[in-house]
Amino acid sequence: MLDGMDAETARKSWLSLLAKADEGHVAELLDAIEGVPSFTWLRPPEIGSVMVRGRVGGSGEPFNLGEMTVTRCSLKIPSGEIGHGYVQGRNKDDARAAALTDALMQTAKADDLRNHVLAPLQQQATRQKTARAAKAAATKVDFFTLVRGED
Amino acid sequence: MYVAVKGGERAIDNAHAWLAEERRGDTDVTELTVAQIREQLSLAVNRVMAEGSLFDPDLAALAIKQSRGDLIEAIFLIRAYRTTLPRFGATAPVDTGTMACERRISATFKDLPGGQVLGPTFDYTHRLLDFQLAANGEVPEAPMAEANLEATPHVTEFLNREGLIEETTNSDADPKDLTREPLELPAERALRLQALTRSDEGFALGMAYSTQRGYARNHAFVGELRIGTVAVEMDIPELGFAIDIGEVTLTECETVNQFHGSKSEPPQFTRGYGLVFGQSERKSISMALIDRALRWEELGEDNVGAPAQDAEFVLYHGDNVQATGFLEHIKLPHYVDFQSELELIRKLRTEAMDSQEAAE
Repeated sequence: MLDGMDAETARKSWLSLLAKADEGHVAELLDAIEGVPSFTWLRPPEIGSVMVRGRVGGSGEPFNLGEMTVTRCSLKIPSGEIGHGYVQGRNKDDARAAALTDALMQTAKADDLRNHVLAPLQQQATRQKTARAAKAAATKVDFFTLVRGED
Repeated sequence: MYVAVKGGERAIDNAHAWLAEERRGDTDVTELTVAQIREQLSLAVNRVMAEGSLFDPDLAALAIKQSRGDLIEAIFLIRAYRTTLPRFGATAPVDTGTMACERRISATFKDLPGGQVLGPTFDYTHRLLDFQLAANGEVPEAPMAEANLEATPHVTEFLNREGLIEETTNSDADPKDLTREPLELPAERALRLQALTRSDEGFALGMAYSTQRGYARNHAFVGELRIGTVAVEMDIPELGFAIDIGEVTLTECETVNQFHGSKSEPPQFTRGYGLVFGQSERKSISMALIDRALRWEELGEDNVGAPAQDAEFVLYHGDNVQATGFLEHIKLPHYVDFQSELELIRKLRTEAMDSQEAAE
């Protein structure tokens, strides 16, 4: 079992991954898992916004940049674990799937989910990020200096 | 005095029905989907998100479809929708130093760590109409090179190291929010930046251009312009720690401006700052130039009476939803107001003519 700090870091990392997943992806992966329990809502999915902040000059005092949409929910599975889902956008089913994954990650099914939900999500995120970074890299300027002609 | 007048309902209903039909256009032409707008008119989507002040590409695309491509109308729809959402809180300030840069250029340093990355830019196109686009051409995949997944340092960091540029003051104070309380003057820099980032792009461009043409010129160089995605992190009370709740695309512009020095401080470059939702390069540069012009007082510069130095002028006239609301309301019925004006002018004319007759 992980101790407090490691457990927090691990949970932070999977919740962050779930929040940014493509629409419908978590639910699709979770559907393929066997023995996903029923649950009761502690807070049914709710669409809202958060105010995104920036910093003056990139590093100075905070300022309000504008809002983004977020959907959140909380649920409880029969074995007692509570899952929280926070996802970008307005998809209530994505929030449900994220919260259910969060709850199950605290149970004996954690390994199963790590391999079959979180790992594919991470691969997908890395693939997308790398593809865009590779296209950006191809547009990097290689300066070369021409031999000056006057001497 | 208000006089209730009825009778417009049928005309209004029919006008709405016709609007819907005109929006659809010729039904022999395939209908646009929201996803098509989101993917293929992405810079319009970005503008609606920036000025609507809500990052949600699907909603912005829907608003563009509904408004028949009238972007100010689309921004209005987004602002109205935004007010219906409960707000869950505020995020930690995004760290643009960790941005996954898709474009990153500097006009001040040729060889800088991380390099000049052009990204998907119009800059070097010839601005010739491309008739292949009208013929539905397939697009070849863009070339790839070895991806650099390291964070790209900010250009101002190099200048900071030598003390050549002013430092920003770091704090974690909660900034004022003009969506929660009316914008009042004097407005501190954080509040001005909030107003500028959601201001009309055309207005911001005009204001910024005026500083370049000499109305409070501040000699701006684009120290750095970067476009890319950053993670958005927020404290979640029920968890007791912060998680990433999403990712947004941002355009950041840092300008390096004319020196500023005093008896106690050696000369230093000063800075202007722009940060805007989406790929919004023109807006971001404009914002940085205006930000710098509005700092005249703090930097001990003269007020030369230029519009871009006047915070009230800039901040109170840059919001296109406010502006269009007030501008367009004058076309709505003012029958009673106008009736009283008519009465008045008739009376004045009668008096004028009477006194003229009396004089003759």
